[in-house]
Amino acid sequence: MPFTHRHMLGLEGISREELFYLLDTAKSFKEISERNIKKVPTLQGKTVVALFYEASTRTRTSFEIAAKRMSADFVSLSSSTSSVTKGETLLDTARNLAAMRPDAIVIRHFVSGAPHFLAARLECPIINAGDGAHEHPTQAILDLLTIRERKGRLSGLTVAIIGDILHSRVARSNVFALNALGASVRFVGPPTLLAPELRAWGDVTHDLHEGVRDADVIMMLRIQLERQGKNFFPTVDEYSRYFCLTERAVALAKPDVIIMHPGPLNRGVEIASDVADGPYSVIMDQVTNGIAVRMAVLYLLINRSREAELETETHAQTAAEVEAATPRLRRRAG
Amino acid sequence: MSGHLFIRGGTVIDPASGMQARRDVLVRDERVAAVSEAIGDESVRGATVIDAENCLVLPGLIDMHVHLREPGYEYKETIETGTRAAVAGGFTTVACMANTNPVNDSAAVTEYIHERAQAARLARVYPIGAVSKDLKGQELAEIGEMHRAGIVAVSDDGMPIMNGDLMRHALEYTAMFGLPVIVHEEDRSIAADGVMNEGAQSLRLGLKGVPAAAEEAMTARDLALLARTGGRLHIAHVSTAGAVELIRAAKGRRLPVTAEVTPHHFTLTEAAVGAYNTHAKMHPPLRTAHDVEAVRRALADGTIDAIASDHAPHHRDEKEVEFDRALNGVVGLETTLALALRMAGEAKIPLDAIIAAMTVNPARILGLPLGTLAPGATADITVVDPRRRWTVQASRFRSKGRNTPFEGMELQGQAIVTIVGGRVVWRAEDA
Repeated sequence: MPFTHRHMLGLEGISREELFYLLDTAKSFKEISERNIKKVPTLQGKTVVALFYEASTRTRTSFEIAAKRMSADFVSLSSSTSSVTKGETLLDTARNLAAMRPDAIVIRHFVSGAPHFLAARLECPIINAGDGAHEHPTQAILDLLTIRERKGRLSGLTVAIIGDILHSRVARSNVFALNALGASVRFVGPPTLLAPELRAWGDVTHDLHEGVRDADVIMMLRIQLERQGKNFFPTVDEYSRYFCLTERAVALAKPDVIIMHPGPLNRGVEIASDVADGPYSVIMDQVTNGIAVRMAVLYLLINRSREAELETETHAQTAAEVEAATPRLRRRAG
Repeated sequence: MSGHLFIRGGTVIDPASGMQARRDVLVRDERVAAVSEAIGDESVRGATVIDAENCLVLPGLIDMHVHLREPGYEYKETIETGTRAAVAGGFTTVACMANTNPVNDSAAVTEYIHERAQAARLARVYPIGAVSKDLKGQELAEIGEMHRAGIVAVSDDGMPIMNGDLMRHALEYTAMFGLPVIVHEEDRSIAADGVMNEGAQSLRLGLKGVPAAAEEAMTARDLALLARTGGRLHIAHVSTAGAVELIRAAKGRRLPVTAEVTPHHFTLTEAAVGAYNTHAKMHPPLRTAHDVEAVRRALADGTIDAIASDHAPHHRDEKEVEFDRALNGVVGLETTLALALRMAGEAKIPLDAIIAAMTVNPARILGLPLGTLAPGATADITVVDPRRRWTVQASRFRSKGRNTPFEGMELQGQAIVTIVGGRVVWRAEDA
């Protein structure tokens, strides 16, 4: 089943077939980044606008490279340089951008649901690049792609997600997808960063060693240093005493365990340097795969709207023109 | 037009006098002159006839918890538009909260509200004064001065009183005037910056939750204070099963506590937030099905005394934003009656209990000489067609506020004539 949504807002409710389609599409794009000339004309003449209300280097750059490798024009706005600082509402900012006819808007916002708010009000495809503590779908897809490459499968795997689950959009997107694919999830962290209702999505433990035991995948989350002083944990030092992923903990997992982290790393806080840089780490693969996944998402959303556009056009065309247009459509479908 | 009114052939439900029967009602000189099986021709000569066949004839409905926004926020609502919404919804009396600008923490503001309400000549408006100066929760407002100017209760609604010592003194001091203290029960240190109920939905949506404990902890504190202070406590918009239990136990100990519930809390659950629908954002937040069940049972057994809308109009721009940034509250004056009837049917609560919660009970809590159709009573009357079907369309509200979570809902039952002091102030277009 192809991916036919207008927007990429999150992975909650996504089907296994849609996920596989996304992963297969991403996989087919990987090769482009291996070429000597890393550019294809697929999205030539298309414009992608990135609207970032939160600092981000990795995700924004990843989207930019993805767009440019497909020859799309990429315009990036961050909250510090845009009219946000002049008090314009999100909706007004987005409406103005939409009026400039971009083919997709990539948004990162510190408020959960901000992309959904725009998607309900704008025609333009919206891609969620992380909303508050809600979802970060492209991150989870690149995580899945990385896991599948290493493990050859997703169902039946045991994935331990460790850290600040409560505030993590990466955790949410991953658990929605992993559950859809039949992987089992364990959440590991202090009770302050979990929630009783998490048990509906997976197992919960406060013991790092128990959490990683026989895991196929260990997914670390970044600890936001600003949680310190808000009583989620007393100090970063104490947090890392209990939840820092060390070689000793990794030894309890499956021998072929892979270790993931969405970055940026707090070395020595949630992950020991020798683990982050060690043989089980696939952190750099994640970053590489991020490009392919974002290429796939941009391609699918922008192409979808182009096909919809073509369909509307054909309604107004004469029979001859329809005939002329048909092979084009067929070619695209094939 | 005041004068004589003859309301013919309706079913009179007057919980205050225990009546539920087909009766004619005669209104003369702003009062109920007679309620009788068949009023003779001579007595009705010259009276305007209102045909109430197949309708309910109720004491004028009382909404003891609304925000009319004037003075200060006239772009959201004015006393005129708010009371127009009230009479269209069947309410003859509303009590308005103090969170205006300036705050109703002085006799001058209280008097201003009275003047504006008299100029509008629609529903009766009873102001509620602030507990604390400027709703800051620090020093008592001039409650005695406001009492002289005509407030019927005090409340810092919207700004829960974290200072337990102030709350204690408010309960003690108001006892002198017989004024209830209406409380918005929420421990703000627990609720923090939560924007919806804390639970499965908030986890799913990545929104900061307000746990039920925030409401229950504060309810427990105030009930503990009440036991020693005297005074009367009225708990606004009860939303959790735990709070219901606390109130039920306190009433069992004969503490002078009363409580209200809103239509949204007895109709909707947190699921209404859906995909970040800001029209489902309010404080206290929508809770779980278990809580909805509990507040309905509490209405049925009298633990909760009143139904109140917490009518909270906002400008479109204040709701058309990201969920975290949207203001709290929904409008209710024009949907409360039908939602109450709907809930009564679903929960199998006798109609007279629901009507009591919207008439005599709030009248007693606020000490108003209203809420009954006994002969001699003030002729505030609501005639309701309980079968009339309609669809909620915010664009047709008389209120300036369009912020309803019930848009598009099919409801049944509507006020077709609303009478205040013997004067018809509202008549449905095709009634």
